[in-house]
Amino acid sequence: MARLEVRSVTVRFGGNVALDDVGFVAEPGRVTGLIGPNGAGKTTLFNVISGLLSPHAGRVLLNGSDLGGLRPARRARAGLARTFQQLELFGSLTVRENLRVAADLHRRWSRRAGDPARRTEDLIARLDLHGVADVRVDALPTGQARLVELGRALAIEPSVLLLDEPAAGQDESETGRFAVLLRELAAEGRAVVLVEHDVHLVMATCAQVYVLDFGRVIASGTPAEIQRDETVLAAYLGNVPA
Amino acid sequence: MDKLLTFTVVGVATAAIYAVIASGLVLTYTTTGVFNFAHGAAGMLGAFCYWQLRFDWGWPTPVALLVVLGILGPAFGVLLERVIMRGLAEASETVRLVVSISLLIGLIGLAQIIWAPGISRPMRTFFQAAAPVRLGPASITVHQIITIAVAVAVALGLRAVLYGLRLGVAMRATVDDRSLARLVGVRPERVAMAAWALGTCLAALGGILIAPGISLDAATLSLLIVNAYAAAIFGRLRSLPMTFVGALVLGLTDAYLTGYLPQNQYLPGLRLASPVILLFLVLLALPNPRLRGRLRITPEVPRPTAAGAVTFAALVVLSGVIAATTMTEPDLLTYARVFPVGIIALSLVPLTGYAGQISLCQLSFAGIGAVTVAHLGSDGNPAALLWAAAITAAVGALIALPALRLSGIYLALATAAFAVALDRWIFTLPRFSVFGLFDVALFGQGTLSVAPLEVAGVGFGGARARMVLMAGAFALAALVVVAVRRSRFGRQLLAMKDSEAACATLGMNLLGTKVAVFALSAAMAGVGGALLGMERGSIAPGTFELVAGLPIFALAVVGGVGTIGGALFAGLSLHGLLPLLAALLPGVTGYLVLLPGLAGIGLGRNPAGAVTDIRDGFAPLVRSPRVLGPTVALVVGWWVLRLAGVLTNWPFALLVLATPVGAVVAAQLAERPRAHDEALAWEWRGLLRRWSESDLEELDRALGPLGAGVGGGPA
Repeated sequence: MARLEVRSVTVRFGGNVALDDVGFVAEPGRVTGLIGPNGAGKTTLFNVISGLLSPHAGRVLLNGSDLGGLRPARRARAGLARTFQQLELFGSLTVRENLRVAADLHRRWSRRAGDPARRTEDLIARLDLHGVADVRVDALPTGQARLVELGRALAIEPSVLLLDEPAAGQDESETGRFAVLLRELAAEGRAVVLVEHDVHLVMATCAQVYVLDFGRVIASGTPAEIQRDETVLAAYLGNVPA
Repeated sequence: MDKLLTFTVVGVATAAIYAVIASGLVLTYTTTGVFNFAHGAAGMLGAFCYWQLRFDWGWPTPVALLVVLGILGPAFGVLLERVIMRGLAEASETVRLVVSISLLIGLIGLAQIIWAPGISRPMRTFFQAAAPVRLGPASITVHQIITIAVAVAVALGLRAVLYGLRLGVAMRATVDDRSLARLVGVRPERVAMAAWALGTCLAALGGILIAPGISLDAATLSLLIVNAYAAAIFGRLRSLPMTFVGALVLGLTDAYLTGYLPQNQYLPGLRLASPVILLFLVLLALPNPRLRGRLRITPEVPRPTAAGAVTFAALVVLSGVIAATTMTEPDLLTYARVFPVGIIALSLVPLTGYAGQISLCQLSFAGIGAVTVAHLGSDGNPAALLWAAAITAAVGALIALPALRLSGIYLALATAAFAVALDRWIFTLPRFSVFGLFDVALFGQGTLSVAPLEVAGVGFGGARARMVLMAGAFALAALVVVAVRRSRFGRQLLAMKDSEAACATLGMNLLGTKVAVFALSAAMAGVGGALLGMERGSIAPGTFELVAGLPIFALAVVGGVGTIGGALFAGLSLHGLLPLLAALLPGVTGYLVLLPGLAGIGLGRNPAGAVTDIRDGFAPLVRSPRVLGPTVALVVGWWVLRLAGVLTNWPFALLVLATPVGAVVAAQLAERPRAHDEALAWEWRGLLRRWSESDLEELDRALGPLGAGVGGGPA
């Protein structure tokens, strides 16, 4: 059980403010949504949380302890795992080997870790990757490749799971099953943070949604509240004169 | 005070030359994205051409300059772009690197064919007869004035071209976005051609200015110009003003070290090595690149089976035994080097093939290993090999520290800088003592003899025994590499190559992993070098120079740097094929030095490499025991006949080479119908043969669950 809290994070690229005083909380056992138009800063925020990018200001807290200054590997060991919007798979390895690398790494630094081979097979079964287990991931279509990234993140048994557009490239029926999987992952006690463009998926899974626009949180609330929020509509559809 | 001024003048003149050369490098790199390792060699060729016209044929200076800088230089640049560099825009960084390194090797070889080395070719400086100009207490020669003026003119001229002419605007547009530039009517090919013409011209200009100060020698000149690379790195290969600043730093450092370094036997090398040491430091000070990769199609890195690896190792040992019992002593001495050099190439497989780290200093590690056994193994004690592995592993681990921050071309430059620092300074040091605790002797400024190995009373002093030993060592090293590939460590290396960002966010200690793979690779190279030293009997610093190591790197990549076969290919080409061709075709011996370079350049045309095709062709031999068994039996049969004196050497050699080729052809003929059947395209199934239940299953599998499957035809 772990609670992720981001407080007043600010990131500037040259003169551009990519994130401006952004804060949000992801509670364990729930899926927290981060939505917003392209370029709103969602992926930048994930890079800050996972330690790939140091913010100019602000803090990232895991269960109240500050992760500031920790390198990505230390954050992973503290319980953070993520997927990437632009896939970062191990292209020259098979699906099974991709998961196995992560399980092996987990085994090295965690006392709780079980047998990595066993863990790998469990994940292949859970994500329904049997048919492609021995295929090089280079050859997979995006939808499945994103599942492999999810599996790889799960292999290190994280308490916080950051998912960057995990459902892109899936068709409708797959998204339906994916929503079920996401709710299960959260119900098992993880704090799941979901960046997603598919509004249906967000509405079907998230307990709390934060809306980013131009690097700021412009709204937050339950999916139902967000759907009625006028600032959000304006951000997505452009300013509609009142 | 006059001393300071004098050396400042010298330093500024040197800086001017570095600046001219480096700005040419920056120009080609920014507009085409290819870091031209052969830039220095182009400058070297320019200097040689100028010497030929001006001093050998006695042409007037202005005519000679005009021909070299106005015609030959640009023409050569355009030729390079059209023939070699154009295809590289889409190639991987390693392939680009190998092509330009091979070009460097090839140009040095070419220069040595045209202008035989070892002959003195004096070059006069410009207006050598004119009296130096007094400059307060110091003086400046007219050549120095001209040099500095040329650099200033180049700076102003480049600025004018880049910001004034349409061509310059087009160049800068191409740098920013190639496809966008094309949309607004810029033709990137033309821009690239202009950049190469101008860049090569600047290299030649620099070569002509620098050559009178030193001897006109192909390798020295090509590498001396490497110093100028450091200046380009100051500008991060992009900024021309910073490049000029870098050149100034390098030139002045060099001059002041000449003037003020204490005169003793340890430090002259430091001055020679100072540019590469600066290069190394500047590389380390570069801002950390962002930790991101992107998904790209990565070359196949095969995962050999344990049985296949053992079979391969057994075949290597068998071939060593056959060679040992049939070859003459001189031939054995020549060809046995295949294996130690193969081990050095093999050290690149985990490092470059698996982990994606480029190293140009493997032969330097080999040198350290060889020196270690020369000193510690003078009685043939095998423990010296362990020392060689341990010491080189430690040095390799140190080299890994910069590797955490550097990748690609920068890592290549850093390792090359390390190699040159060893060549110019460390390997030339006389015996010295460390804090008075223990004495360290490297080459002791001469050659060292290396005693043959002696294991449990069995000496490997004879050429035959050594051949078997070398083959056995290669087989063992190959098994180690296969074990790494199949292990958890090997998977992690491949993962790190594919995405460092993902590895870090999964909790991998990148530094530890890199240190481990560099240490492993260096240890292998060290043992390879130690064995090479034993095989040669004596070693000198020149044996392990950067330039000698470049062909090993290039050929290992040509052969497939992710594979054991690629490493064996490098060893076989350099110490098997080349001597064999030299023996068969004595008339063309001089031209053979071009072959390794040409092989590497060819990689740019066909990145997958012809070698892959050859390897795939021989696959049935290794895969199927039904083919392998009879082949080995036949070869052993020829061998017995040879030993019994029935066959002489030439027919025996022919039969041994022909047997596997024949077996492969036979196997392919035998396999064809079945393979054809399996791979029958979908649209022909049911037509050429009856549609069956298994076809349906296969179709289902290929389409995957709910149409989200792998796609494509039958796998």
